[in-house]
Amino acid sequence: MKISTLLYTIKQGFVNIFRNKWYSLASIATISACLFLFGMFYAIVMNFQHVVESAEEGVCISVLFVEGTTEERMKEINDMIDARDEVARTEFISADQAWEEFSRDYLQGYTEGFPENPLVGMDTIEVYMTDVEKQEDLAVYIESITDVDHVNRSLVVADTLSGVNLMIGYVSFGIIGILLAVSIFLISNTIAVGISIRSEEINIMKYVGATDFFVRSPFVLEGMLIGLVGAAIPLGFIYSLYNTVLSYLVERFAMLSSLLNFLSVEEIFKNLTPVSLAVGVGIGFLGSMKTVRKHLRV
Amino acid sequence: MANKELLQMQRQQFIEENGVIFLDNVSKSYSKGVPAIDRINLRINPGEFVFIVGDSGSGKSTLIKLLLRELTATKGNVYVMGNDLAVLKHRQIPRFRRNLGVVFQDFRLLSDRNVYDNVAFAQRVVQTPNSEIRRNVPAILATVGLAGKYKAKTNQLSGGEQQRVALARALVNKPSILLADEPTGNLDPKNSWEIMRLLEEINEQGTTVVVVTHNKEIVNSMQKRVVTMKKGIIVSDQEEGEYIDED
Repeated sequence: MKISTLLYTIKQGFVNIFRNKWYSLASIATISACLFLFGMFYAIVMNFQHVVESAEEGVCISVLFVEGTTEERMKEINDMIDARDEVARTEFISADQAWEEFSRDYLQGYTEGFPENPLVGMDTIEVYMTDVEKQEDLAVYIESITDVDHVNRSLVVADTLSGVNLMIGYVSFGIIGILLAVSIFLISNTIAVGISIRSEEINIMKYVGATDFFVRSPFVLEGMLIGLVGAAIPLGFIYSLYNTVLSYLVERFAMLSSLLNFLSVEEIFKNLTPVSLAVGVGIGFLGSMKTVRKHLRV
Repeated sequence: MANKELLQMQRQQFIEENGVIFLDNVSKSYSKGVPAIDRINLRINPGEFVFIVGDSGSGKSTLIKLLLRELTATKGNVYVMGNDLAVLKHRQIPRFRRNLGVVFQDFRLLSDRNVYDNVAFAQRVVQTPNSEIRRNVPAILATVGLAGKYKAKTNQLSGGEQQRVALARALVNKPSILLADEPTGNLDPKNSWEIMRLLEEINEQGTTVVVVTHNKEIVNSMQKRVVTMKKGIIVSDQEEGEYIDED
Protein backbone atom coordinates (compact mmCIF):
# COMPACT_ATOMS: atom_id res chain seq x y z
CA MET A 1 0.00 0.00 0.00
CA LYS A 2 1.26 3.46 -0.92
CA ILE A 3 1.83 5.96 1.88
CA SER A 4 -0.68 8.38 0.35
CA THR A 5 -3.28 5.59 0.29
CA LEU A 6 -2.49 4.64 3.87
CA LEU A 7 -2.89 8.25 4.99
CA TYR A 8 -6.11 8.53 3.00
CA THR A 9 -7.45 5.36 4.66
CA ILE A 10 -6.56 6.60 8.15
CA LYS A 11 -8.12 10.01 7.44
CA GLN A 12 -11.29 8.40 6.11
CA GLY A 13 -11.45 6.11 9.15
CA PHE A 14 -11.54 9.19 11.40
CA VAL A 15 -13.90 11.03 9.05
CA ASN A 16 -16.29 8.06 9.23
CA ILE A 17 -16.29 8.20 13.03
CA PHE A 18 -17.06 11.92 13.11
CA ARG A 19 -19.58 11.82 10.28
CA ASN A 20 -21.38 9.05 12.05
CA LYS A 21 -20.64 10.44 15.51
CA TRP A 22 -23.79 9.48 17.44
CA TYR A 23 -23.62 5.89 16.36
CA SER A 24 -19.88 5.88 16.98
CA LEU A 25 -20.44 7.26 20.47
CA ALA A 26 -23.12 4.67 21.14
CA SER A 27 -20.75 1.90 20.03
CA ILE A 28 -17.88 3.28 22.06
CA ALA A 29 -20.16 3.56 25.11
CA THR A 30 -21.38 -0.02 24.72
CA ILE A 31 -17.93 -1.46 24.19
CA SER A 32 -16.71 0.60 27.14
CA ALA A 33 -19.53 -0.82 29.27
CA CYS A 34 -18.76 -4.36 28.13
CA LEU A 35 -15.04 -4.01 28.68
CA PHE A 36 -15.63 -2.25 31.99
CA LEU A 37 -17.61 -5.27 33.15
CA PHE A 38 -14.96 -7.51 31.64
CA GLY A 39 -12.23 -5.61 33.49
CA MET A 40 -14.11 -5.63 36.78
CA PHE A 41 -14.85 -9.28 36.37
CA TYR A 42 -11.24 -9.96 35.52
CA ALA A 43 -10.03 -8.07 38.61
CA ILE A 44 -12.47 -9.95 40.86
CA VAL A 45 -11.69 -13.33 39.30
CA MET A 46 -7.95 -12.74 39.48
CA ASN A 47 -8.20 -11.77 43.13
CA PHE A 48 -10.41 -14.75 43.88
CA GLN A 49 -8.04 -17.07 42.09
CA HIS A 50 -5.17 -15.50 43.98
CA VAL A 51 -6.96 -16.22 47.26
CA VAL A 52 -7.81 -19.75 46.13
CA GLU A 53 -4.23 -20.35 45.05
CA SER A 54 -2.98 -19.14 48.42
CA ALA A 55 -5.39 -21.59 50.05
CA GLU A 56 -4.28 -24.34 47.69
CA GLU A 57 -0.68 -23.73 48.65
CA GLY A 58 -1.58 -24.77 52.22
CA VAL A 59 -3.17 -28.04 51.09
CA CYS A 60 -0.78 -30.94 51.43
CA ILE A 61 -0.81 -34.71 51.55
CA SER A 62 1.10 -36.71 54.17
CA VAL A 63 3.07 -39.81 53.28
CA LEU A 64 3.51 -42.45 55.99
CA PHE A 65 5.92 -45.36 55.84
CA VAL A 66 5.89 -49.06 56.57
CA GLU A 67 7.37 -49.80 60.02
CA GLY A 68 11.06 -50.37 59.89
CA THR A 69 11.77 -48.21 56.84
CA THR A 70 15.18 -46.63 57.16
CA GLU A 71 15.60 -42.87 57.19
CA GLU A 72 17.84 -43.18 54.16
CA ARG A 73 15.06 -44.91 52.18
CA MET A 74 12.55 -42.30 53.36
CA LYS A 75 14.79 -39.51 52.05
CA GLU A 76 15.19 -41.43 48.80
CA ILE A 77 11.37 -41.58 48.45
CA ASN A 78 11.22 -37.88 49.33
CA ASP A 79 13.56 -37.10 46.43
CA MET A 80 11.46 -39.26 44.06
CA ILE A 81 8.30 -37.34 44.96
CA ASP A 82 10.03 -33.96 44.86
CA ALA A 83 11.18 -34.61 41.28
CA ARG A 84 7.61 -34.73 39.95
CA ASP A 85 6.14 -31.77 38.02
CA GLU A 86 2.95 -31.44 40.03
CA VAL A 87 4.90 -31.17 43.29
CA ALA A 88 5.73 -27.66 44.47
CA ARG A 89 7.81 -28.74 47.45
CA THR A 90 8.18 -31.51 50.02
CA GLU A 91 9.06 -31.48 53.66
CA PHE A 92 10.45 -34.50 55.50
CA ILE A 93 9.36 -34.55 59.14
CA SER A 94 11.00 -37.21 61.26
CA ALA A 95 9.12 -38.76 64.20
CA ASP A 96 11.37 -36.90 66.66
CA GLN A 97 10.78 -33.59 64.89
CA ALA A 98 7.02 -34.24 64.86
CA TRP A 99 6.95 -35.01 68.60
CA GLU A 100 9.03 -31.99 69.40
CA GLU A 101 6.69 -29.70 67.44
CA PHE A 102 3.56 -31.33 68.89
CA SER A 103 4.74 -31.15 72.50
CA ARG A 104 5.80 -27.54 72.02
CA ASP A 105 2.59 -26.41 70.34
CA TYR A 106 0.01 -28.40 72.31
CA LEU A 107 1.59 -29.66 75.54
CA GLN A 108 3.71 -26.61 76.30
CA GLY A 109 6.53 -28.82 77.47
CA TYR A 110 4.46 -31.01 79.86
CA THR A 111 5.76 -34.27 78.52
CA GLU A 112 6.49 -36.14 81.75
CA GLY A 113 3.88 -38.76 81.02
CA PHE A 114 5.64 -39.65 77.82
CA PRO A 115 9.08 -41.04 78.64
CA GLU A 116 9.46 -42.18 75.05
CA ASN A 117 8.40 -40.60 71.81
CA PRO A 118 4.83 -41.87 71.25
CA LEU A 119 5.11 -40.98 67.58
CA VAL A 120 7.87 -43.48 66.87
CA GLY A 121 7.48 -44.82 63.37
CA MET A 122 5.37 -41.82 62.36
CA ASP A 123 7.97 -40.21 60.14
CA THR A 124 6.16 -38.38 57.32
CA ILE A 125 6.72 -36.46 54.15
CA GLU A 126 4.42 -33.48 53.60
CA VAL A 127 3.84 -32.89 49.91
CA TYR A 128 2.67 -29.46 48.66
CA MET A 129 1.35 -29.35 45.11
CA THR A 130 1.30 -26.88 42.23
CA ASP A 131 -2.19 -27.99 41.20
CA VAL A 132 -4.47 -29.36 43.85
CA GLU A 133 -6.61 -31.07 41.20
CA LYS A 134 -3.85 -33.63 40.61
CA GLN A 135 -3.83 -34.70 44.24
CA GLU A 136 -5.52 -38.06 43.73
CA ASP A 137 -3.24 -39.14 40.88
CA LEU A 138 -0.19 -38.21 42.91
CA ALA A 139 -1.48 -40.08 45.97
CA VAL A 140 -2.03 -43.23 43.88
CA TYR A 141 1.50 -42.95 42.55
CA ILE A 142 3.01 -42.48 46.01
CA GLU A 143 1.07 -45.43 47.42
CA SER A 144 2.56 -47.62 44.71
CA ILE A 145 6.09 -46.91 45.97
CA THR A 146 7.59 -49.74 48.01
CA ASP A 147 7.89 -48.95 51.76
CA VAL A 148 5.06 -46.42 51.65
CA ASP A 149 2.34 -47.54 54.05
CA HIS A 150 -0.38 -45.08 53.13
CA VAL A 151 -1.11 -41.49 52.16
CA ASN A 152 -3.36 -39.03 54.01
CA ARG A 153 -5.21 -36.85 51.51
CA SER A 154 -7.44 -33.83 51.98
CA LEU A 155 -9.91 -34.74 49.28
CA VAL A 156 -12.74 -32.44 50.36
CA VAL A 157 -10.55 -29.34 50.32
CA ALA A 158 -9.02 -30.32 47.01
CA ASP A 159 -12.37 -31.02 45.40
CA THR A 160 -13.94 -27.82 46.73
CA LEU A 161 -11.10 -25.60 45.62
CA SER A 162 -10.79 -27.11 42.18
CA GLY A 163 -14.60 -27.04 41.84
CA VAL A 164 -14.76 -23.34 42.75
CA ASN A 165 -11.94 -22.59 40.35
CA LEU A 166 -13.65 -24.46 37.55
CA MET A 167 -16.98 -22.77 38.24
CA ILE A 168 -15.37 -19.32 38.18
CA GLY A 169 -13.75 -20.24 34.88
CA TYR A 170 -17.03 -21.36 33.27
CA VAL A 171 -19.09 -18.42 34.56
CA SER A 172 -16.50 -15.84 33.52
CA PHE A 173 -16.09 -17.49 30.13
CA GLY A 174 -19.87 -17.44 29.59
CA ILE A 175 -20.41 -13.83 30.67
CA ILE A 176 -17.43 -12.50 28.76
CA GLY A 177 -18.54 -14.44 25.68
CA ILE A 178 -22.00 -12.85 25.80
CA LEU A 179 -20.56 -9.37 26.30
CA LEU A 180 -18.20 -9.78 23.38
CA ALA A 181 -20.97 -11.05 21.10
CA VAL A 182 -23.09 -7.99 22.00
CA SER A 183 -20.14 -5.70 21.25
CA ILE A 184 -19.50 -7.31 17.87
CA PHE A 185 -23.17 -6.94 16.99
CA LEU A 186 -23.16 -3.26 17.96
CA ILE A 187 -20.00 -2.45 16.05
CA SER A 188 -21.29 -4.18 12.96
CA ASN A 189 -24.50 -2.14 13.23
CA THR A 190 -22.53 1.09 13.50
CA ILE A 191 -20.46 0.19 10.46
CA ALA A 192 -23.62 -0.77 8.54
CA VAL A 193 -25.07 2.68 9.29
CA GLY A 194 -21.79 4.27 8.17
CA ILE A 195 -21.91 2.29 4.95
CA SER A 196 -25.49 3.35 4.25
CA ILE A 197 -24.60 7.01 4.91
CA ARG A 198 -21.73 6.72 2.45
CA SER A 199 -23.48 4.54 -0.11
CA GLU A 200 -23.31 7.24 -2.78
CA GLU A 201 -19.59 7.65 -2.30
CA ILE A 202 -19.05 3.89 -2.33
CA ASN A 203 -21.08 3.67 -5.51
CA ILE A 204 -18.84 6.24 -7.19
CA MET A 205 -15.74 4.44 -5.95
CA LYS A 206 -17.11 1.30 -7.54
CA TYR A 207 -17.54 2.99 -10.91
CA VAL A 208 -14.10 4.55 -10.98
CA GLY A 209 -12.37 1.26 -10.21
CA ALA A 210 -11.68 1.14 -6.47
CA THR A 211 -10.55 -2.24 -5.18
CA ASP A 212 -12.46 -4.04 -2.43
CA PHE A 213 -9.56 -3.38 -0.09
CA PHE A 214 -9.57 0.36 -0.76
CA VAL A 215 -13.32 0.66 -0.18
CA ARG A 216 -13.38 -1.57 2.87
CA SER A 217 -10.28 -0.51 4.76
CA PRO A 218 -11.59 2.85 6.15
CA PHE A 219 -14.61 1.03 7.59
CA VAL A 220 -12.46 -1.69 9.13
CA LEU A 221 -10.17 0.97 10.55
CA GLU A 222 -13.22 2.80 11.92
CA GLY A 223 -14.31 -0.36 13.72
CA MET A 224 -10.84 -0.91 15.15
CA LEU A 225 -10.59 2.71 16.34
CA ILE A 226 -14.00 2.47 18.02
CA GLY A 227 -12.82 -0.74 19.69
CA LEU A 228 -9.55 0.85 20.80
CA VAL A 229 -11.20 3.93 22.31
CA GLY A 230 -13.93 1.74 23.79
CA ALA A 231 -11.23 -0.32 25.52
CA ALA A 232 -9.07 2.57 26.71
CA ILE A 233 -11.88 4.41 28.55
CA PRO A 234 -12.84 1.58 30.96
CA LEU A 235 -9.17 0.84 31.63
CA GLY A 236 -8.83 4.36 33.04
CA PHE A 237 -11.98 3.96 35.11
CA ILE A 238 -11.01 0.57 36.47
CA TYR A 239 -7.52 1.80 37.34
CA SER A 240 -8.79 4.57 39.59
CA LEU A 241 -11.71 2.51 40.92
CA TYR A 242 -9.50 -0.47 41.80
CA ASN A 243 -7.03 1.77 43.63
CA THR A 244 -9.83 3.45 45.54
CA VAL A 245 -11.53 0.19 46.52
CA LEU A 246 -8.24 -1.40 47.52
CA SER A 247 -7.21 1.47 49.78
CA TYR A 248 -10.74 1.56 51.25
CA LEU A 249 -10.61 -2.17 52.07
CA VAL A 250 -7.15 -1.92 53.53
CA GLU A 251 -8.10 1.08 55.68
CA ARG A 252 -11.58 0.04 56.80
CA PHE A 253 -11.18 -3.71 57.02
CA ALA A 254 -7.63 -4.22 58.17
CA MET A 255 -8.60 -7.62 59.56
CA LEU A 256 -9.96 -8.76 56.21
CA SER A 257 -6.93 -7.60 54.29
CA SER A 258 -4.62 -9.52 56.58
CA LEU A 259 -6.61 -12.69 55.87
CA LEU A 260 -7.08 -12.10 52.17
CA ASN A 261 -4.11 -11.12 50.13
CA PHE A 262 -5.27 -8.81 47.27
CA LEU A 263 -3.36 -8.29 44.04
CA SER A 264 -1.87 -4.84 43.44
CA VAL A 265 -3.22 -2.62 40.65
CA GLU A 266 0.02 -3.14 38.71
CA GLU A 267 -0.39 -6.92 38.86
CA ILE A 268 -3.95 -6.63 37.57
CA PHE A 269 -3.10 -4.16 34.78
CA LYS A 270 -0.02 -6.06 33.62
CA ASN A 271 -2.36 -8.44 31.80
CA LEU A 272 -5.62 -6.50 31.74
CA THR A 273 -4.23 -3.61 29.63
CA PRO A 274 -2.97 -5.63 26.64
CA VAL A 275 -5.89 -8.06 26.84
CA SER A 276 -8.52 -5.28 26.94
CA LEU A 277 -6.91 -3.30 24.13
CA ALA A 278 -6.51 -6.42 22.01
CA VAL A 279 -10.09 -7.48 22.71
CA GLY A 280 -11.36 -3.95 21.88
CA VAL A 281 -9.44 -3.77 18.62
CA GLY A 282 -10.30 -7.40 17.89
CA ILE A 283 -14.04 -7.00 18.27
CA GLY A 284 -13.84 -3.77 16.25
CA PHE A 285 -12.06 -5.67 13.51
CA LEU A 286 -14.46 -8.65 13.60
CA GLY A 287 -17.59 -6.49 13.77
CA SER A 288 -16.54 -4.27 10.90
CA MET A 289 -15.24 -7.15 8.75
CA LYS A 290 -18.54 -8.96 9.23
CA THR A 291 -20.43 -5.93 7.91
CA VAL A 292 -18.13 -4.91 5.07
CA ARG A 293 -18.01 -8.46 3.75
CA LYS A 294 -21.79 -8.52 3.74
CA HIS A 295 -22.49 -5.03 2.38
CA LEU A 296 -19.41 -4.05 0.44
CA ARG A 297 -18.89 -6.58 -2.27
CA VAL A 298 -17.77 -4.03 -4.83
CA MET B 1 7.78 -12.46 -23.22
CA ALA B 2 5.96 -11.94 -19.94
CA ASN B 3 2.40 -13.24 -19.68
CA LYS B 4 1.10 -9.74 -18.96
CA GLU B 5 2.57 -8.33 -22.17
CA LEU B 6 1.30 -11.28 -24.18
CA LEU B 7 -2.19 -10.77 -22.77
CA GLN B 8 -2.01 -7.08 -23.62
CA MET B 9 -1.02 -7.90 -27.20
CA GLN B 10 -3.88 -10.39 -27.50
CA ARG B 11 -6.33 -7.78 -26.25
CA GLN B 12 -4.99 -5.20 -28.69
CA GLN B 13 -5.36 -7.66 -31.55
CA PHE B 14 -8.91 -8.46 -30.43
CA ILE B 15 -9.78 -4.74 -30.36
CA GLU B 16 -8.40 -4.28 -33.89
CA GLU B 17 -10.46 -7.20 -35.16
CA ASN B 18 -13.68 -6.72 -33.15
CA GLY B 19 -13.73 -3.17 -31.75
CA VAL B 20 -13.47 -1.79 -28.21
CA ILE B 21 -17.01 -2.93 -27.45
CA PHE B 22 -18.20 -6.18 -28.96
CA LEU B 23 -21.47 -7.91 -28.09
CA ASP B 24 -21.87 -11.33 -29.59
CA ASN B 25 -25.45 -12.62 -29.54
CA VAL B 26 -25.98 -11.25 -26.01
CA SER B 27 -29.16 -11.84 -24.01
CA LYS B 28 -29.93 -10.80 -20.47
CA SER B 29 -32.96 -12.02 -18.57
CA TYR B 30 -33.95 -11.08 -15.06
CA SER B 31 -35.71 -13.40 -12.65
CA LYS B 32 -39.11 -13.06 -14.35
CA GLY B 33 -37.65 -14.61 -17.49
CA VAL B 34 -38.58 -11.86 -19.98
CA PRO B 35 -35.32 -10.85 -21.66
CA ALA B 36 -34.30 -7.22 -21.07
CA ILE B 37 -31.86 -7.70 -23.92
CA ASP B 38 -32.43 -10.31 -26.57
CA ARG B 39 -29.68 -11.68 -28.83
CA ILE B 40 -27.92 -8.38 -29.44
CA ASN B 41 -24.91 -8.05 -31.73
CA LEU B 42 -23.01 -4.79 -31.57
CA ARG B 43 -19.55 -3.63 -32.45
CA ILE B 44 -18.14 -0.22 -31.53
CA ASN B 45 -14.74 0.72 -32.91
CA PRO B 46 -12.05 2.71 -31.11
CA GLY B 47 -12.67 6.44 -31.33
CA GLU B 48 -16.33 6.15 -32.34
CA PHE B 49 -19.14 8.38 -31.05
CA VAL B 50 -22.35 6.36 -30.68
CA PHE B 51 -25.81 7.28 -29.50
CA ILE B 52 -27.94 4.52 -28.00
CA VAL B 53 -31.57 5.58 -28.17
CA GLY B 54 -34.88 3.98 -27.33
CA ASP B 55 -37.85 4.24 -25.03
CA SER B 56 -37.96 3.23 -21.41
CA GLY B 57 -37.77 -0.54 -21.13
CA SER B 58 -35.93 -0.87 -24.43
CA GLY B 59 -32.86 -2.30 -22.68
CA LYS B 60 -30.51 0.72 -22.78
CA SER B 61 -29.78 0.72 -19.06
CA THR B 62 -29.24 -3.04 -19.04
CA LEU B 63 -26.78 -2.60 -21.88
CA ILE B 64 -24.80 0.02 -19.91
CA LYS B 65 -24.79 -2.26 -16.84
CA LEU B 66 -23.49 -5.12 -18.94
CA LEU B 67 -20.69 -2.93 -20.29
CA LEU B 68 -19.76 -1.86 -16.74
CA ARG B 69 -19.87 -5.50 -15.61
CA GLU B 70 -22.51 -4.64 -13.04
CA LEU B 71 -24.47 -7.44 -14.66
CA THR B 72 -23.38 -10.50 -16.58
CA ALA B 73 -25.04 -11.73 -19.74
CA THR B 74 -27.39 -14.70 -19.51
CA LYS B 75 -26.32 -15.79 -23.00
CA GLY B 76 -23.64 -14.70 -25.44
CA ASN B 77 -20.42 -12.79 -24.79
CA VAL B 78 -19.67 -9.17 -23.93
CA TYR B 79 -16.17 -7.93 -24.72
CA VAL B 80 -14.94 -4.53 -23.58
CA MET B 81 -11.37 -3.44 -24.37
CA GLY B 82 -10.62 -7.03 -25.32
CA ASN B 83 -11.80 -8.39 -21.94
CA ASP B 84 -14.35 -11.18 -22.02
CA LEU B 85 -16.57 -9.96 -19.18
CA ALA B 86 -18.04 -13.41 -18.57
CA VAL B 87 -14.71 -14.79 -17.39
CA LEU B 88 -13.54 -11.67 -15.55
CA LYS B 89 -12.90 -12.55 -11.90
CA HIS B 90 -14.40 -10.39 -9.15
CA ARG B 91 -10.98 -9.08 -8.12
CA GLN B 92 -10.21 -8.08 -11.73
CA ILE B 93 -13.31 -5.87 -12.07
CA PRO B 94 -11.82 -2.70 -10.45
CA ARG B 95 -8.85 -2.70 -12.84
CA PHE B 96 -11.17 -3.34 -15.78
CA ARG B 97 -13.41 -0.41 -14.78
CA ARG B 98 -10.45 1.94 -14.84
CA ASN B 99 -10.71 1.74 -18.66
CA LEU B 100 -14.19 3.29 -18.47
CA GLY B 101 -15.46 6.71 -17.51
CA VAL B 102 -19.12 6.96 -16.51
CA VAL B 103 -21.46 9.94 -16.38
CA PHE B 104 -25.04 9.76 -15.08
CA GLN B 105 -28.16 11.86 -15.46
CA ASP B 106 -28.16 12.72 -11.73
CA PHE B 107 -24.43 13.68 -11.69
CA ARG B 108 -23.70 11.67 -8.52
CA LEU B 109 -21.32 14.19 -6.99
CA LEU B 110 -20.22 14.25 -3.35
CA SER B 111 -22.11 17.19 -1.92
CA ASP B 112 -19.87 17.57 1.15
CA ARG B 113 -16.79 18.24 -1.00
CA ASN B 114 -15.75 20.95 -3.38
CA VAL B 115 -15.21 20.66 -7.13
CA TYR B 116 -11.49 19.90 -6.82
CA ASP B 117 -12.04 17.13 -4.25
CA ASN B 118 -14.80 15.54 -6.29
CA VAL B 119 -12.47 15.18 -9.25
CA ALA B 120 -9.42 14.29 -7.14
CA PHE B 121 -11.52 11.58 -5.47
CA ALA B 122 -11.49 9.52 -8.68
CA GLN B 123 -7.70 9.68 -8.72
CA ARG B 124 -7.30 8.88 -5.03
CA VAL B 125 -9.47 5.83 -5.44
CA VAL B 126 -7.09 4.42 -8.05
CA GLN B 127 -4.15 5.38 -5.82
CA THR B 128 -2.64 8.07 -8.01
CA PRO B 129 0.25 9.84 -6.24
CA ASN B 130 -0.66 13.24 -4.77
CA SER B 131 1.86 15.07 -6.98
CA GLU B 132 0.08 13.74 -10.09
CA ILE B 133 -3.35 14.55 -8.66
CA ARG B 134 -2.24 18.15 -8.12
CA ARG B 135 -1.20 18.31 -11.79
CA ASN B 136 -4.08 16.36 -13.39
CA VAL B 137 -7.11 17.84 -11.60
CA PRO B 138 -6.58 21.51 -12.57
CA ALA B 139 -5.83 20.43 -16.16
CA ILE B 140 -9.05 18.43 -16.54
CA LEU B 141 -11.06 21.19 -14.82
CA ALA B 142 -9.67 23.61 -17.40
CA THR B 143 -10.77 21.23 -20.17
CA VAL B 144 -14.38 21.26 -18.92
CA GLY B 145 -14.27 25.03 -18.30
CA LEU B 146 -14.35 24.98 -14.51
CA ALA B 147 -10.79 25.97 -13.63
CA GLY B 148 -12.03 29.03 -11.78
CA LYS B 149 -14.56 27.16 -9.67
CA TYR B 150 -12.39 24.46 -8.15
CA LYS B 151 -13.11 25.64 -4.60
CA ALA B 152 -16.89 25.82 -5.01
CA LYS B 153 -19.12 23.31 -3.27
CA THR B 154 -21.09 21.28 -5.79
CA ASN B 155 -24.44 22.53 -4.49
CA GLN B 156 -23.36 26.07 -5.41
CA LEU B 157 -23.12 25.08 -9.09
CA SER B 158 -25.74 25.03 -11.85
CA GLY B 159 -26.89 21.70 -13.31
CA GLY B 160 -24.68 22.16 -16.35
CA GLU B 161 -21.66 22.91 -14.18
CA GLN B 162 -22.36 19.89 -11.99
CA GLN B 163 -22.48 17.67 -15.05
CA ARG B 164 -19.16 19.13 -16.19
CA VAL B 165 -17.65 18.24 -12.80
CA ALA B 166 -19.00 14.70 -13.27
CA LEU B 167 -17.46 14.66 -16.73
CA ALA B 168 -14.11 15.85 -15.36
CA ARG B 169 -14.25 13.11 -12.74
CA ALA B 170 -15.02 10.50 -15.41
CA LEU B 171 -12.14 11.70 -17.58
CA VAL B 172 -9.39 12.42 -15.08
CA ASN B 173 -8.18 8.82 -15.08
CA LYS B 174 -7.94 8.96 -18.90
CA PRO B 175 -10.37 6.17 -19.76
CA SER B 176 -10.50 4.65 -23.25
CA ILE B 177 -14.29 4.60 -23.27
CA LEU B 178 -16.73 7.15 -21.86
CA LEU B 179 -20.24 5.89 -21.10
CA ALA B 180 -22.79 8.66 -20.60
CA ASP B 181 -26.21 7.57 -19.36
CA GLU B 182 -28.71 10.35 -20.13
CA PRO B 183 -26.08 13.07 -19.50
CA THR B 184 -28.47 15.86 -20.52
CA GLY B 185 -31.57 14.43 -18.87
CA ASN B 186 -31.59 17.03 -16.07
CA LEU B 187 -30.30 19.99 -18.09
CA ASP B 188 -31.85 22.87 -20.03
CA PRO B 189 -31.17 23.02 -23.81
CA LYS B 190 -28.27 25.48 -23.50
CA ASN B 191 -26.44 23.37 -20.91
CA SER B 192 -27.32 20.20 -22.80
CA TRP B 193 -25.58 21.53 -25.89
CA GLU B 194 -22.53 22.58 -23.89
CA ILE B 195 -22.21 19.08 -22.49
CA MET B 196 -22.62 17.52 -25.93
CA ARG B 197 -19.98 19.82 -27.37
CA LEU B 198 -17.63 18.76 -24.59
CA LEU B 199 -18.34 15.09 -25.31
CA GLU B 200 -17.60 15.72 -28.97
CA GLU B 201 -14.28 17.38 -28.09
CA ILE B 202 -13.37 14.48 -25.84
CA ASN B 203 -14.22 12.10 -28.68
CA GLU B 204 -12.07 14.08 -31.11
CA GLN B 205 -9.14 13.53 -28.75
CA GLY B 206 -9.52 9.77 -29.24
CA THR B 207 -11.88 8.59 -26.48
CA THR B 208 -14.69 6.29 -27.57
CA VAL B 209 -17.96 7.89 -26.45
CA VAL B 210 -21.23 6.01 -25.95
CA VAL B 211 -24.21 8.22 -25.08
CA VAL B 212 -27.57 6.86 -24.00
CA THR B 213 -30.16 9.56 -24.54
CA HIS B 214 -33.77 10.52 -25.18
CA ASN B 215 -32.82 13.91 -26.59
CA LYS B 216 -34.10 13.74 -30.15
CA GLU B 217 -32.95 17.23 -31.13
CA ILE B 218 -29.37 16.58 -30.12
CA VAL B 219 -29.24 13.16 -31.78
CA ASN B 220 -30.63 14.51 -35.02
CA SER B 221 -28.34 17.53 -35.08
CA MET B 222 -25.06 15.80 -34.30
CA GLN B 223 -25.09 13.36 -37.20
CA LYS B 224 -23.36 10.53 -35.35
CA ARG B 225 -23.91 6.80 -35.35
CA VAL B 226 -27.31 6.00 -33.79
CA VAL B 227 -28.23 2.57 -32.41
CA THR B 228 -31.96 2.31 -31.72
CA MET B 229 -33.26 -0.27 -29.28
CA LYS B 230 -36.80 -1.50 -28.77
CA LYS B 231 -37.96 -4.17 -26.36
CA GLY B 232 -34.46 -5.52 -25.86
CA ILE B 233 -33.38 -5.76 -29.49
CA ILE B 234 -31.52 -3.45 -31.81
CA VAL B 235 -34.00 -2.31 -34.43
CA SER B 236 -31.74 0.08 -36.26
CA ASP B 237 -28.03 0.94 -36.46
CA GLN B 238 -27.29 3.93 -38.68
CA GLU B 239 -24.10 5.84 -39.48
CA GLU B 240 -24.84 9.58 -39.19
CA GLY B 241 -28.30 8.52 -38.19
CA GLU B 242 -31.41 10.08 -36.75
CA TYR B 243 -33.66 9.40 -33.80
CA ILE B 244 -36.37 7.02 -34.95
CA ASP B 245 -39.71 7.79 -33.35
CA GLU B 246 -41.69 4.96 -31.82
CA ASP B 247 -44.98 4.23 -33.50
